[in-house]
Amino acid sequence: MELHNLTLRAAHQLLSTRQISSVELTTALLTRIRQVDPQLHAYVTVSDELALEQARQADARFRSGETITPLTGIPFAVKDCISTRGVRTTCSSKILENYVPQYNATVIDRLSEAGAVLLGKHNMDEFGMGSSCENSAFFPTRNPWDLERVPGGSSGGSAAAVAAGLTPFALGEDTGGSIRMPAGFCGVVGLKPTYGRVSRYGLIALVSSFDTIGPLTRDVYDCATVLQAIAGKDPYDATSLPEAVPDYLKNLDRPVKGLRLGIPKEYFLPGMEPGVEKALREAVRALEGLGMQVREVSLPHTRYGLPVYYLILFAEASANLARFDGTRFGRSDQEKARNVVDMYLQTRREGFGAEVKRRIMLGAYVLSAGYYDAYYLKAQKVRTLVRRDFEAAFEECDLLAAPICPTTAFKIGEKIDDPLTMYLSDIHVVSTNPAGVPALNVPCGFSQGLPVGMQLIGKQLSEALLLQVGHAYQMATDWHKMRPAIS
Amino acid sequence: MALVKYEPVIGLEIHAELLTRSKMFCSCSAVYSAASEPNTLICPVCTGLPGAMPVVNERAFELAVLVGLALNCSINATNTFARKNYFYPDLPKGYQISQYDLPVASDGWLEILEDSTAGSQRVGVRRAHLEEDTAKLFHHGDYALVDFNRAGVPLLEIVSEPDMHSVEAALAYAMKVRSILRYLGVNSGDMEKGVLRFEANVSVRPQGSTDLLTRTEIKNLNSFRALTRASAYEIERQTRLIESGGTVIQQTMGWDDAREVTVPQRSKEEAHDYRYFPEPDLPPLRIEPARVMEIRAQLPELPAAKAQRFVDQYGLLPKEALLLTAEKALADYFEAVVSLSKSPAKTVNHWVAGDLLRLINDRSIEFDQIPVSPANLAELIDLVSDKTITLNSSKEVWAAMLETGQRPGEIVKTKGLAQISDEKSIQLVVTRVLDENPDAIAQFLKGKETILQWLMGQVARATQGKADPQVSRRLLTEALATRGKSVEKGNPTRPS
Repeated sequence: MELHNLTLRAAHQLLSTRQISSVELTTALLTRIRQVDPQLHAYVTVSDELALEQARQADARFRSGETITPLTGIPFAVKDCISTRGVRTTCSSKILENYVPQYNATVIDRLSEAGAVLLGKHNMDEFGMGSSCENSAFFPTRNPWDLERVPGGSSGGSAAAVAAGLTPFALGEDTGGSIRMPAGFCGVVGLKPTYGRVSRYGLIALVSSFDTIGPLTRDVYDCATVLQAIAGKDPYDATSLPEAVPDYLKNLDRPVKGLRLGIPKEYFLPGMEPGVEKALREAVRALEGLGMQVREVSLPHTRYGLPVYYLILFAEASANLARFDGTRFGRSDQEKARNVVDMYLQTRREGFGAEVKRRIMLGAYVLSAGYYDAYYLKAQKVRTLVRRDFEAAFEECDLLAAPICPTTAFKIGEKIDDPLTMYLSDIHVVSTNPAGVPALNVPCGFSQGLPVGMQLIGKQLSEALLLQVGHAYQMATDWHKMRPAIS
Repeated sequence: MALVKYEPVIGLEIHAELLTRSKMFCSCSAVYSAASEPNTLICPVCTGLPGAMPVVNERAFELAVLVGLALNCSINATNTFARKNYFYPDLPKGYQISQYDLPVASDGWLEILEDSTAGSQRVGVRRAHLEEDTAKLFHHGDYALVDFNRAGVPLLEIVSEPDMHSVEAALAYAMKVRSILRYLGVNSGDMEKGVLRFEANVSVRPQGSTDLLTRTEIKNLNSFRALTRASAYEIERQTRLIESGGTVIQQTMGWDDAREVTVPQRSKEEAHDYRYFPEPDLPPLRIEPARVMEIRAQLPELPAAKAQRFVDQYGLLPKEALLLTAEKALADYFEAVVSLSKSPAKTVNHWVAGDLLRLINDRSIEFDQIPVSPANLAELIDLVSDKTITLNSSKEVWAAMLETGQRPGEIVKTKGLAQISDEKSIQLVVTRVLDENPDAIAQFLKGKETILQWLMGQVARATQGKADPQVSRRLLTEALATRGKSVEKGNPTRPS
């Protein structure tokens, strides 16, 4: 039995029947991380001691029979932008290299209460700025299907770790595809929930109005289980939604027959990798085979999604990153500074990477007097058009199916010197965030040996429907069971 | 050469901390931010730790609505917050959460100088918006320390129109706003603790002009004194500058309290571009008209309305009414005494605005901690009105009341201060006083009538102030008249 490749449902089965202990499972994963991660670099921090302590507590819970949840004793790890009390949280940035939060993000509290076991923190593009995990200030993470290739980004460490058996599940963060795109590149399930469905409290913000925390798992069932544990209103996050959280597992097995599946024509562009398109078309046929009605729809403002997304990102990120000034936490270059401005300049010059500085400068520019209307305000107006595209499409269909990316995982270094090409790799995943709607990546095949992902996009708060369709697809196919051969 | 006269144009921004239990965006205590040990009232939110998020303090929002209504503003149904971006060590997030496009309240007004001979003036209130206070810096030689206790305390910024044309008007407006804030119980008005701070926008223009010329902004005025001195200084500086052919440049000035001069801090070119944009962490706050009505119903009677009522109901002069109503506690005290006393309200006002206010000022007593109960003061006033004691004795009773806290009636008894009104006793004293002062009689008879007052004083002294002064006066006058006649009859005393 390979403990590291268990789904969390299978692991829960073994734990709750006391066939294995959480300490055994946790130890197996820590060992696996030690063996495999030097090739992958998915982890920035491994919190061994805390993990074993939490595993012992989980085992005590099993012994006493108190409050056992589907996550009790299950190890997990999170993207390194999610605050963990006592475990350093770096955003893969030098400016936070030694920052240890004093408090837990709400999602961490919720998982801790459920009895889950924190293994550590996953590598990412610095502050979430990137699509390949190459923008980590520490090291690039590698794709477990091909170590020469990127895992996607920015939650690249999380996707690589779930795919390679370095954690049963992870929490990533998606601002413009950052969960789905690496999930697609690494062949795992990744969900970007509706904006506000999961609390952002404790998530180090990139774009406050787009950021969403969501699960990365090996199958849709596990994804539903994790979402169940983390979703819901949080009094500490004013943007979290008050709507009651449905039972995501209850309707997972309901037939999908008769559901209307829209295929947005703007997402199938010339230049798409043929293997990707082929896998997609086959996946759609499979869903059709389950009785879904497939129709073409149009999202006419799709081509504005990318500029809208980036303009708002630059603006908000420039403000969100202002607090990293060397005054209270993280890196501070005040020893060498002559005055306070000097301290700011030195700390930020040394602490931030090139891509971060580029975006901060662009953000300050688009918000500056005289340019605000032309950039930020215009972007917000076009954002409304993008959102309306989705609303109109959901008049005609229940959900959409589209590729995650026009290609599979690209080579490390291939796009790093060309930010614009890098930005373009997000073209299919960014529009959902300005629209706020949920989207799920499910693995749907391979192109030249690399995973291809299909994203299912639904209307606001339709996570249950996306999970139902994703689960039905996985019941009918085996793509999600494929594992990279890394060891 | 025709002399051009210049008039000042002043607009004020008033920053008022709101008296809420917790801070604007977190649950840290906002109550003793200055009095507590540094950095003890802090959390991830108000220190701007990564990932921490703001949640609006609804009480602060309601208090802001209350102030808006008291300033005759309209309340915006949709409120949005905005980020005001700039770097400073007292600003933990690198931006201040404030309001920009849609503040809580806008387009109000306030009446000032109601008792001036020129008539009252109306000052426009452009807007009132909520924001969070900054941390406090303590400079020590070549380093500075930051105390975040104050960071995130709710702050209401009240922005006036440039409607004030004298330092007196600016002061009157500032005092009026402070008075209203205290009436509403939303701010202690304690400027020494920095809970109320001013910024003055000052320009001058030729009298008669309606143009708004280049202004300067004076920041960090923490007292009425600083406000008036700084405004006066800046008016004078700008007037001289223009008269000598110079031009005012738009800049931000600081006020040097010690040297009493304004000091340029930043010119327009160096001015911050705050890069305002809507705060994405806070959804717009909506307030229903019905809720605004509910809050409006909580408005107490405000100083202007109270003053008018004091004029109508108690027959006070406007000036007297304004003095009593500037502080709600004093106005309440006055009304309590009036209701407990049998004496006319004007008599009560004489006491409250006189001895009592003097006591309060001399001893810096808080208005809600007046050491004499309304009942005791009412009793004292009535003892004088019904002639149980003389006005003279009342001073002694008053002093004893302050010292012992005893009831005035008891003091009168124990000290034997009851007024002597029976004519026989007073007649004896009058006769003795006149006999002892023949020179005084002579002066009086020569026409020096003021000597009567001196003789009254002698009678009062001889009776420890207890003689009814009206009786003393009558008996003295009669006796002097009698003695004058006996002189005419031929018993002259001539200077030798």
